Amino acid sequence: MPDYLVRLVQVHESFRKTELQSLADLNRVEIEFVKYAEDSPFCIVRLSDDAAARSVITRNILSYGIYELWGQGVDYDSLHASVKQMSPQIWAQYHKSPFRFTMDSYRGSRSMLEQFPIIESFAYLDFKGPVRVRDAEASFTIFEDYEHNGPSPKYLYLGRFVAASGRQAKTTYDLKKRHYISTTSMDAELALLTANIALAAPGKFFYDPFMGTGGFPLACAHYGAVVCGSDIDGRSIRGTGGSARRGQTGKKDVAMNFVQYGLQSRYLGGFVSDLTNTPLRIPTVESGAGYLDGIVCDPPYGIREGLKVLGHREKLEDFERQTHQDRFKEAGYIPPKRPYSFTAIQDDILAFASDTLVEGGRLSMWMPTANDEDVELVIPMHPCLELLSTCVQPFNKWSRRLLTYRRLPESEVSKDAMEYAKKEYEQGVKASELNDFRRKYFEGFREFEKSRQEGATSENFSEAKGLRGINKGNCSCN
Amino acid sequence: MKLLTLNFLTCAIKTCKSSPLSFPLHPREVELEILETDYNAVFLRNILPRLEWEALRVLAGELGLPSLPESSPDVSSLSTSSEEDDSETPTQVAQDLHRLLLETCIKEGKLVCGCCGHEYAVKEGVANFLLPGHLV
Ligand SMILES: C[S@@+](CC[C@H](N)C(=O)[O-])C[C@H]1O[C@@H](n2cnc3c(N)ncnc32)[C@H](O)[C@@H]1O
Ligand SMILES: [Zn+2]
Repeated sequence: MPDYLVRLVQVHESFRKTELQSLADLNRVEIEFVKYAEDSPFCIVRLSDDAAARSVITRNILSYGIYELWGQGVDYDSLHASVKQMSPQIWAQYHKSPFRFTMDSYRGSRSMLEQFPIIESFAYLDFKGPVRVRDAEASFTIFEDYEHNGPSPKYLYLGRFVAASGRQAKTTYDLKKRHYISTTSMDAELALLTANIALAAPGKFFYDPFMGTGGFPLACAHYGAVVCGSDIDGRSIRGTGGSARRGQTGKKDVAMNFVQYGLQSRYLGGFVSDLTNTPLRIPTVESGAGYLDGIVCDPPYGIREGLKVLGHREKLEDFERQTHQDRFKEAGYIPPKRPYSFTAIQDDILAFASDTLVEGGRLSMWMPTANDEDVELVIPMHPCLELLSTCVQPFNKWSRRLLTYRRLPESEVSKDAMEYAKKEYEQGVKASELNDFRRKYFEGFREFEKSRQEGATSENFSEAKGLRGINKGNCSCN
Repeated sequence: MKLLTLNFLTCAIKTCKSSPLSFPLHPREVELEILETDYNAVFLRNILPRLEWEALRVLAGELGLPSLPESSPDVSSLSTSSEEDDSETPTQVAQDLHRLLLETCIKEGKLVCGCCGHEYAVKEGVANFLLPGHLV
């Protein structure tokens, strides 16, 4: 199998391999990572052919493109030697093709004047076709990898261009140009990435139980899935809660976001509901298997994002119950809500996913964590779900993780694990053990909350702002 | 909300969920709307085996829409392929299903649970499943 060079972007590093692997899984192609490092934008993978390479990259968000690797080395001498050793059997294929050469210097730069002799030094490839800046049949790039401020490149590659990535979608879906957003709208790049990792694709059915302004369902619909979503806050779906964008007035809602991108035919609709009292049908052994191909979500964090579920803080007196019963049909009636535990909602999401996903379906869920060494990181688990990947987006004192699980086929679910999980709940071990974790956990967020309130002065705030499109002011989904 | 959604929705009250009466929810006083959409062959093929067919028949009946065959059509009956150019043409069954599931939308109205009688309102196409205080 030939080697290919993936020219990655140097952001969201820990998501890059997972995204490539997911897109390989989606297209059912084998991918082998030959060379990969978190601190490098050059990754070498082994794939069966150009078609496989194309299928893995055309939707990819965290790369620019993929190239057939023709050679590599620590300097130009060793690069040329490598090219002469690795690829001479394929040179002839491009003997008469219109072609072009470009250079891509990572953390370095080359003037036109410098580039010319470098490109000339590959004359032994003996290409006789015309040079074309546009529509070249064969396009070659010389990649240079520099140390930070390094005088000369530390490593070089020569690649033949195979396919460009799908990174331009990040611009298309940019929150700055989105019709309707809120303070917790997921950044477009991360939403698209999540949809890729969850394997959203034509023919599939995806759901977001915490849809807010619909960032994830939009991203999934972009990749061809039919989607729906829900949120406990009806104003976020109907758009009557006010917009996060200054000066934004007039009717704005999630449905219009779908119209903006021409995706309304894939939007089943949004409904108002609490995940812990979901109206979605829960298949039982008799009623058959799950029906969702994927669930993608960013659950509320529990402080200002208003993690609430339906219910009462204290047990209702009879007369209070009666008041609800008498009043609930009145306009403006607000169903009572109570605060809820962050870890409990995660367990609820996993249980829901296990019930409703088709076998092999994926759950991709964001989870914030405090970067505190004393806090043991608890990754929620479920016997029917296999944890596939954990990607981390670090901030100062906290980080966000994207956890991705696969619904195991019934035949692979361990019966012992099922029994064990049941017991754990019955004995209440889980909740009490996690108390300390929870406390520390939320302490870690104060910084984030504070920076949000204070405005754009702190460095951490601008970081958060860049990533989530946060504006000053109150969260609209409380 | 597109009608397909109703094939996955039941009563939000936990004790109703186990009763067969809670599914499907019954539309009342609804205003329907047709939003034309691109025919989605691959989705229809995948979703058909996951549908609760009987519930769909009940729904079509209650909405006064053309009635559906007694049992779910086979996935293979959704298209006919032409010998010449490999192209696939949706059959009438497939077109009808597409219209019902993906083009017919509930704009306003109520969805009623057949078990407890609770009514869920649909406004501007958005159904509200939040339970009032005495039901949680
Ligand atoms: C972090 S935001 C998600 C934002 C969304 N990803 C977007 O791009 O707009 C979390 C959402 O969960 C909702 N939420 C809070 N508690 C909920 C519950 N119990 N059930 C369903 N949604 C809930 C909030 O109203 C909020 O819109
Ligand atoms: Zn009911």
